[in-house]
Amino acid sequence: MSPPVLSCRGIRKVFGGQVVLDDLDLDVAEHEVVALIGASGSGKSTLLRCANLLEEIDDGTIALDGEHITDPRTDPDLVRRRIGIVFQAYNLFPHLRVLDNIALAPVRVHRRDRAEAEAQARELLARVGLAEKAGDYPDRLSGGQQQRVAIVRALVNSPRLLLLDEVTSALDPELVGEVLTMIRDLKADGMTMVLATHEMSFAREVADRVCFLDGGRIIEEGPPEQVLGEPTQPRTRQFLRRIIEAGRLQVG
Amino acid sequence: MSLLDHHPSPIARERAAYRKRQTVRSVLVAAASTGILGTLLVVAVTGSPGWERVRQSFLDPRIGREALPEILSGLWLNVRLLVFCALGALALGLVVAVLRTLRGPVFFPVRALAAGYTYTFRGLPLIIVIYVLTLGVPGLRLQGMPPVLVLGGIALVLTYGGYLAEVFRAGIESIHPSQLAAARSLGLTYRQTMRHVVLPQAVRRVAPPLLNDVVALQKDVGLVSLAGPIDAVRAAQIATAESFNYTPYILAGVLFVLLAVPLIAVTDWVTLRAARRQAAR
Repeated sequence: MSPPVLSCRGIRKVFGGQVVLDDLDLDVAEHEVVALIGASGSGKSTLLRCANLLEEIDDGTIALDGEHITDPRTDPDLVRRRIGIVFQAYNLFPHLRVLDNIALAPVRVHRRDRAEAEAQARELLARVGLAEKAGDYPDRLSGGQQQRVAIVRALVNSPRLLLLDEVTSALDPELVGEVLTMIRDLKADGMTMVLATHEMSFAREVADRVCFLDGGRIIEEGPPEQVLGEPTQPRTRQFLRRIIEAGRLQVG
Repeated sequence: MSLLDHHPSPIARERAAYRKRQTVRSVLVAAASTGILGTLLVVAVTGSPGWERVRQSFLDPRIGREALPEILSGLWLNVRLLVFCALGALALGLVVAVLRTLRGPVFFPVRALAAGYTYTFRGLPLIIVIYVLTLGVPGLRLQGMPPVLVLGGIALVLTYGGYLAEVFRAGIESIHPSQLAAARSLGLTYRQTMRHVVLPQAVRRVAPPLLNDVVALQKDVGLVSLAGPIDAVRAAQIATAESFNYTPYILAGVLFVLLAVPLIAVTDWVTLRAARRQAAR
């Protein structure tokens, strides 16, 4: 059997004396979609940033396709080329047009021909209904459009793994749908994804597995129906009750 | 209702009419107050007891005309020196600023050198740098010593490079870390991130203070005349010494202002264009 796409073992991360990730284990198989849920500060985003080597872990190992990427001798730039990440605040480059945002990595990192990279970028933009925005600067786009561009920018590198860090949290409610539709399509295409999210109903729909993080550990994981429907851990139940009270998850 | 066949309601028309009346009023008030203030200033200056003497010794058209060719040829030196020194100082400042952002133990000496440079040359008076370079360095009697003008230019580049490096560094540090994270996450190396993501945004952001320093440099390039070359101010000084009349200074001053106007206009235009291009709807 081939190794998991992402394999985290005993991850520990400390920020200024506070343990953010505490002996955390997580495996993500090919084509699998894993949703990380949990309160703010439970370590979801940190885990994603560690997996993309944007943060250095204090203990444990992370492997991508069986290769230890947390080995200090690996080149982080080469690893990041195989992992895409999309941020809560989009993080588009404001001085570059939409098309140039997308084509930057293919041209500069993968040394591909500019015309060819732009053609691919246009095609991807067209597929998500943003063809006519190619020449605009990001600030002229709505939040949902910006986030879709950010996802395209991550996809154009053909990553092995896509990390989505609360990609709908900064969006107005009526714009959330267009981004979620895109993620749904990615799942249909077989993209391996880890997403940190507050959208419980979306996690239930799209995820193969839901992991509930609390205090830097995964304290409960399983199929979405089980974790979100019949949680066994008291902390999970408490968390979901609050979410239901806040109106972010329909009961049943 | 479409945009075209919309008829404003009476209340909207009334509002528009009111705003129009207010605009006309503002223009009239501004014109009147400017006129009154201007008249008062002219009356105060020309009506002062010493005005005739001042006019003769500062605003003599004949002496101005006589000094003009010398001042213009001096100004040409200023312009040439400004172009080379501005380009040199911008390049040096950018390199030093980038060197100061490098992380990692290998770069410690480079970082320390860059920091030491900005500390030294921002603290050191320009006049002293010019003297050391134009008088001290030729004293070494090395082979292939460049002319005094070049040495003076190097002194200007060294001094202004220090200021500009700090402006560039402020710009680099003002770029949010999330931009770096986004760039690195795409697989861009540190260099590529700097080149394609950080610096373009940083330079645009600090363009006004950068060009502000270039305008200041424009006034300081004349200090190379301390070492001999004759710039516009020095030419004016010579003309003044010959005629005991200060008109050449005023003339040189006016020319400097005229020279700065396009530079300042370019600064404003660059800033505006960048803002407009990126602005939200």
